[in-house]
Amino acid sequence: MLHLVKDSPFENTKLVLCIQRAAPGQTILLIEEAVYGAKRGSSVAPAVIKGLGALSICVLAPDLEARGILAEEILTGIRRVNYEEFVDLAANSKRIHTWL
Amino acid sequence: MKKSFLYVIQSTSFDGVRIQEALDEIMTVAAFDQSVSLLFIDDGVYSLKRGQNPEILNLKNVTPIFDALAMYEIQQFFAEDESLKIRGLSSDDLILSVKSICRSEIGELWDKFDVILTG
Repeated sequence: MLHLVKDSPFENTKLVLCIQRAAPGQTILLIEEAVYGAKRGSSVAPAVIKGLGALSICVLAPDLEARGILAEEILTGIRRVNYEEFVDLAANSKRIHTWL
Repeated sequence: MKKSFLYVIQSTSFDGVRIQEALDEIMTVAAFDQSVSLLFIDDGVYSLKRGQNPEILNLKNVTPIFDALAMYEIQQFFAEDESLKIRGLSSDDLILSVKSICRSEIGELWDKFDVILTG
């Protein structure tokens, strides 16, 4: 199962709620403004690190680069994916939910 | 082929036409004899609150449609406990009888359905 999160975690609680609800083994992909949630040292980082224990968390690299967030600035354990890998993730997931 | 669908309602009926469109979709899918359940989380639980008068704002009242869903043999209505509680709501405040489910059970609930759709 793939969860898509696109809002900034500082704008609303979608990312944190998604982490709380996803079952172990499921994947969360951060896109658009949600990529700020992948950054080290923010106030949501502890919740994201906790999620990484049981979940696979990915972030869309072009959205990071566009916002000037370097690979070394993101939390250890978060996987950077390109557009092709985004498509693969979606195509290989039996279920997808977007946190609108 | 019959499939099981779970509609996740996560916004209020005052947030654009999202709920109206989801309801159209739900009735269409159910009319094709598919198995449909609904899950209300976050602000989505407000869409089931009793006593709404959206007509005051010239908006369509969708609550009668939720009532009518019973005729479409909707399988189950789930509402997340935590979403209700933090909004000061209980199942008595809702227009429908819902099965309450806690946050930690949601991820596994999804795995029980063939298709997840977002409303």
